[in-house]
Amino acid sequence: MKDVLIELERRRTIAREGGGKARIEAQHKRGKLTARERIDIFLDEGSFEEFDMFVEHRSTDFGMEDTKFAGDGVVTGWGTINGRTVFVFAKDFTVFGGSLSEAHAEKVQKIQDMALRNRAPVIGLYDAGGARIQEGVAALGGYAEIFQRNVLASGVIPQISVIMGPCAGGDVYSPAMTDFIFMVRDTSYMFVTGPDVVKTVTNETVTAEQLGGASIHTTKSSIADGAYDNDVAALLQMRRLIDFLPASNTAELPQIECYQPTDEMDYSLDRLVPDNANKPYDIKELIRKTVDEADFFEIQESFAKNIVVGFGRVEGRTVGIVGNQPMVLAGVLDSDASRKAARFVRFCDCFNIPIVTFVDVPGFLPGTAQEYGGLIKHGAKLLFAYAEATVPKITLITRKAYGGAYDVMASKHLRGDINYAWPSAQIAVMGAKGAVEIIYRKDIGDADKIAEHTKRYEDRFLSPFVAAERGYVDEVIMPHSTRKRISRALRMLRNKDLENPWKKHDNIPL
Amino acid sequence: MFKKILIANRGEIACRVIKSARKMGIATVAVYSDADRDAVHVEMADEAVHIGPAAASESYLIPEKIIAACKQTGAEAVHPGYGFLSERAAFCEELEKQGIIFIGPKPRAIIAMGDKIESKKFANEAKVSTVPGSPDVIVDTAHAERIAGEIGYPVMIKASAGGGGKGMRIAWNQNEVRDGFERATSEARNSFGDDRVFIEKFIVDPRHIEIQVLADAFGNCIYLGERECSVQRRNQKVVEEAPSPFLDEATRKAMGEQAVALSKAVDYQSAGTVEFIVDKDRNFYFLEMNTRLQVEHPVTELITGIDLVEQMIRIAAGEKLEIKQGDVKLNGWAVESRLYAEDPYRNFLPSIGRLTRYRPPVEGPVGKAIIRNDTGVTEGSEISMFYDPMVAKLCTWAPTRLEAVDAMADALDNFVVDGIEHNIPFLAALMQHPRWREGRLSTAFIAEEFPDGFQPISPTADDLGILASIALSAELVRKERLDRLGDRLRPHSGKIHAEWEVRIGDEYMPVTIRSNTAKPPVKLEFSLRGGDFVTVRSDWRPGDAVWDGYVNERPVKAQLRPVANGMRIDWKGLSVITHPMQKHVAALEKLMPVKIPPDTSRLLLCPMPGLLVAVNVAVGQEVKAGETLAIVEAMKMENVLRAERDLTVSAINAKQGDSLAVGAVIMEFE
Repeated sequence: MKDVLIELERRRTIAREGGGKARIEAQHKRGKLTARERIDIFLDEGSFEEFDMFVEHRSTDFGMEDTKFAGDGVVTGWGTINGRTVFVFAKDFTVFGGSLSEAHAEKVQKIQDMALRNRAPVIGLYDAGGARIQEGVAALGGYAEIFQRNVLASGVIPQISVIMGPCAGGDVYSPAMTDFIFMVRDTSYMFVTGPDVVKTVTNETVTAEQLGGASIHTTKSSIADGAYDNDVAALLQMRRLIDFLPASNTAELPQIECYQPTDEMDYSLDRLVPDNANKPYDIKELIRKTVDEADFFEIQESFAKNIVVGFGRVEGRTVGIVGNQPMVLAGVLDSDASRKAARFVRFCDCFNIPIVTFVDVPGFLPGTAQEYGGLIKHGAKLLFAYAEATVPKITLITRKAYGGAYDVMASKHLRGDINYAWPSAQIAVMGAKGAVEIIYRKDIGDADKIAEHTKRYEDRFLSPFVAAERGYVDEVIMPHSTRKRISRALRMLRNKDLENPWKKHDNIPL
Repeated sequence: MFKKILIANRGEIACRVIKSARKMGIATVAVYSDADRDAVHVEMADEAVHIGPAAASESYLIPEKIIAACKQTGAEAVHPGYGFLSERAAFCEELEKQGIIFIGPKPRAIIAMGDKIESKKFANEAKVSTVPGSPDVIVDTAHAERIAGEIGYPVMIKASAGGGGKGMRIAWNQNEVRDGFERATSEARNSFGDDRVFIEKFIVDPRHIEIQVLADAFGNCIYLGERECSVQRRNQKVVEEAPSPFLDEATRKAMGEQAVALSKAVDYQSAGTVEFIVDKDRNFYFLEMNTRLQVEHPVTELITGIDLVEQMIRIAAGEKLEIKQGDVKLNGWAVESRLYAEDPYRNFLPSIGRLTRYRPPVEGPVGKAIIRNDTGVTEGSEISMFYDPMVAKLCTWAPTRLEAVDAMADALDNFVVDGIEHNIPFLAALMQHPRWREGRLSTAFIAEEFPDGFQPISPTADDLGILASIALSAELVRKERLDRLGDRLRPHSGKIHAEWEVRIGDEYMPVTIRSNTAKPPVKLEFSLRGGDFVTVRSDWRPGDAVWDGYVNERPVKAQLRPVANGMRIDWKGLSVITHPMQKHVAALEKLMPVKIPPDTSRLLLCPMPGLLVAVNVAVGQEVKAGETLAIVEAMKMENVLRAERDLTVSAINAKQGDSLAVGAVIMEFE
């Protein structure tokens, strides 16, 4: 018996070395950790159970039968994050550059299947060179099997991808179908075709960083939801994100003890909205003062900054926050902001995370760039997302809620559960100047008359009370009681039961 | 007594005056500009009158508007506070004409003391010791040389109308006198439109010590001890105290009596301050008399128990001063720190913005000490560019000087301010400075001790230990709570392991935990860097801004702000980012490359997407810190981009009318 025990340990030791000491060192020299090191940071200490450690590829072409490594370029298994189950696969760049073979793909699929069956999040750590060319179509088939599983799991369990090295070709589409993608600055990049092919086809000269680095995907393409300075920082933040998320679409929201009372008034909020309607303020201050302990995990912080989305907790339970940001473009809705928020709202709805929406929106952004870019359909995505969402929806209008953007931002008409407004709210079709110039076109030359009309319009419409008279606003609340009001509303909505009509799936304007 | 008074000021001093008036049962009227619509002094007053646009020159500085506000509200008297109209004789005269009482001295005293040469003449007549110097205006270079020779070098050439260091020259020999005279004259002409200069002896290593006086209309005049204000940065007082650690009883009495003599000579009525400079041999020389309530009056109030504002009001109402000189007893020690909205790490550049967090320490007795905070702001207030950047005056009183200083250090550690840059780190560092603690001061103290401005302080080994202990305890509280997250597996492996490391900067400090109760109140015992066991206890919980606890039974108060994977700790002027982590994580983190942030200090980047509406500089132009470089408009709002330091423009990469993205390079500097 002892011999076989020793043999197991021997094999394990070899498998854990992956591509060998030299390659591990090379990995470190590049500023990257190995797959197993990453898992060690990501999971609770000692909680990782590895599967398929001894899987090897079955390829016999191009002399591949002579080069085999236990594990075949991906480390898979399960473990816990603060005691909660997660499934994980991590590409091992030290073995065949992490490239995907049929056997490698099967390991990933097994983890995906287990995660779905056991209703727990699945996280992929990417650092790989795409398909293993020697395997040909078997590798492509492997990819498609993974893609299929991504789609089936979508909306059932959270799927998160962390790009920690190269991620190109077939490898990019699995992350693209997961809920969130995060990257590591300077050491990761993501693209469908690399700089060499780009040069050949389009004659553009770009570096990998310029083509698909974290700076591009977090600010320009919006492919990535966030980026971190190094592997360790990224993985620790991923632990923080997991703490916010339920394990599946049927699991309870995670709840932690809340140390910040909800009945304390915050009088500084009474001074948040400036007197001058054209003066900006930071919606993130309101977000931080609403959620527990100012702990806010922002998604897509560097993209479409005119809208802010992310996770927080109220009374220890996760909420999704959406807020127009008056500091950037006055918080206007454009195509990018609409898409960003729509995707976030849909994620929350999938996983029963209540949505709190802070509204200060002057409308949709005018201009050819926006219209040519499909603002109508992009804007409709956010409208659609809010309208179909059945999770508790709490809306607070802090200042402007103008025109169609008022409708879109989780208005009462889109089944908003509780719609609050601050006394500073202005709910109207448009601002006073524009409105008066249309209604009183004949008086445009007469400054006195226009001023008088403007005053009348402001008094009548630039307040929350016209909307409140119609019940479109449930209650006008004091800014200082916002946290208390929202936490009470969330408590009241805890057993909300609302279902959309049966359908195969809806047809959101993609 | 008055039934209603108007306070022709704003900010903390308006609030301060309202407090005393309210205590006396007098109704108060505030005035406010556009920028102060929601200001605290407006909320505190019984009535408030709007007096115009934000700029002080169009509101607080216009006598007619103040008088109109008095008439409108029926205020019988005006308290001017300090600054603004407080020392404008013409304003007092106009009030007098309108039958409104000015809560302050009579115009004659203001005029007499307002001019440096005039006031010196009065001082000489009243036998007040003055700095040896020319009693008359210097007429030419030869005159300057002769006078300087008579006084003896070094000498100072000073503009009569001067202030703020302008029109001032120090000369150590005849050549420098000649040059200095010409330059001081032309500077004075350019700056003040008045080229009169005089010469006096230059005092080396002087201390700034001033005497508070109170005088009524019946010829009663007393002095309330002194205040020392030697801790100044570029002529701006930063920390004041009462009494002075330098004076002996005899000097105090001599200075006090001279101050009273001078006040009587100008028929002074109300509270006033006679400023002296004191040399290292305790020779004192009259500098000037401030005919108003001083910013730093609270330290005198704290050691004498006399409410100066109340006395000013009573005197103005014609009451007799009831306090006799013999009643004035100096009790204990008081220190005042001026909290300014300025960035100590960037050469004290003013900072404006919204006070997203403003939590001063609780006022009142704390142990042997008493905390007092005079402020005109509250959480959510806006610090605007229009007025003085002083946010608050934090004062502590204690039986002894060092106790008061330590109470101040603690109070500063407890003072939470977010949203603007502020000088708390600098003040906190000052409280630890050996020269300050020993009272070895001169007006050059800050210039000598911080010649290159204020740099972030490096923690000592002991400091690091305390910072690491705080960080670790906070992390364990956080971790323990996450361990009770819903729907976890039990038992699971998320338990708190013994081996940790805390990284501060580049330094990793290994920690072995011996015992812990991580559920708040936390109690820990661990060995740090393989050394002796450290005990930590605190009832800090996530979300608390101040960590209040004990490290090895030493009480520690520090401010904690969460940052990604760690927390920033501010304590005693130190500000460090700490990263507590498990040992295996630390081992791997050490493999991570060090990232050097791209150097953007020579670039002006567009802070938001917007339209470049103006470029205010040209290539090759030298720009001073704070000057406008360009203006970017985003959604009809203009954002002024200013120089963060003195610099020279080397290239301009965008032109007026360009639409810019975030981070676009607008211009480059040499």
